[in-house]
Amino acid sequence: MERGGRDELWAAVADPTRRRLLDVLLARGEATATALAAELPVTRQGIAKHLAVLDRAGLVEARRQGREVLYAVRPEELDAATRWMAQVAAEWDARLHTIKRLAEERHERKED
Amino acid sequence: MIADRIEQEIVIEAPPEVVWELVTDPEHVGAWFGDAAEIDLRPGGDAALTWNGMGTFLARVERVEPPRFFSFRWARPTDTPPAEGNSTLVEFSLIAEGEGTRLRVVESGFATLAGSEDERAKHFADNTEGWNVELGHLRDYAAKAGSQAR
Repeated sequence: MERGGRDELWAAVADPTRRRLLDVLLARGEATATALAAELPVTRQGIAKHLAVLDRAGLVEARRQGREVLYAVRPEELDAATRWMAQVAAEWDARLHTIKRLAEERHERKED
Repeated sequence: MIADRIEQEIVIEAPPEVVWELVTDPEHVGAWFGDAAEIDLRPGGDAALTWNGMGTFLARVERVEPPRFFSFRWARPTDTPPAEGNSTLVEFSLIAEGEGTRLRVVESGFATLAGSEDERAKHFADNTEGWNVELGHLRDYAAKAGSQAR
């Protein structure tokens, strides 16, 4: 049972705009905030804010090249986030199976 | 890729009334969800889910529509009442299917977690400041290098 602790990661990947941002970044490899703003219906300032959240969660890294700051996805962190989400889904699956077992036992007893 | 919600379902060979008891009666809930549960089963009612060795998570009942729908909001930090920004919503739907029940659970709201807008804004300001300072150094360095090259 994992709960709490990595809320930043959750929040970072759960926002639809940031997921699209990650998708675009994954497709492009590297991009500046300005280039990302051109591809998404978000202002450059909005992009910068989302990138800051992703950066804080460790999902992107920034690199300076000349006057530009290039962002790229950190795939290992993204994998961790995906695995973690899958784990929460698996926990619910296990709970549902327990409910099923208990409900069916109870129902059989009632019918006897 | 990754969603704001998790959805799982299962078909149970027992009628919705039986499944409803399992999902809402604290005595049963303690058997499949943590180690002990307290639930005041009415909209706005308080609930507490305890895991031995982990602590107690507080929740608030939202909708109670026997035997079809039950939802509650639970906080991620222990011993903290659920509120905006610290909690996710769990919704159970019980759908009669033949003589059995299709039980669906949705947990959602992960996007709303983690820090208030103020904290985010502050962090962003810190980050921007950091970059400005670093870029400033870089610009100075580049200018110096440029003048030396001449």
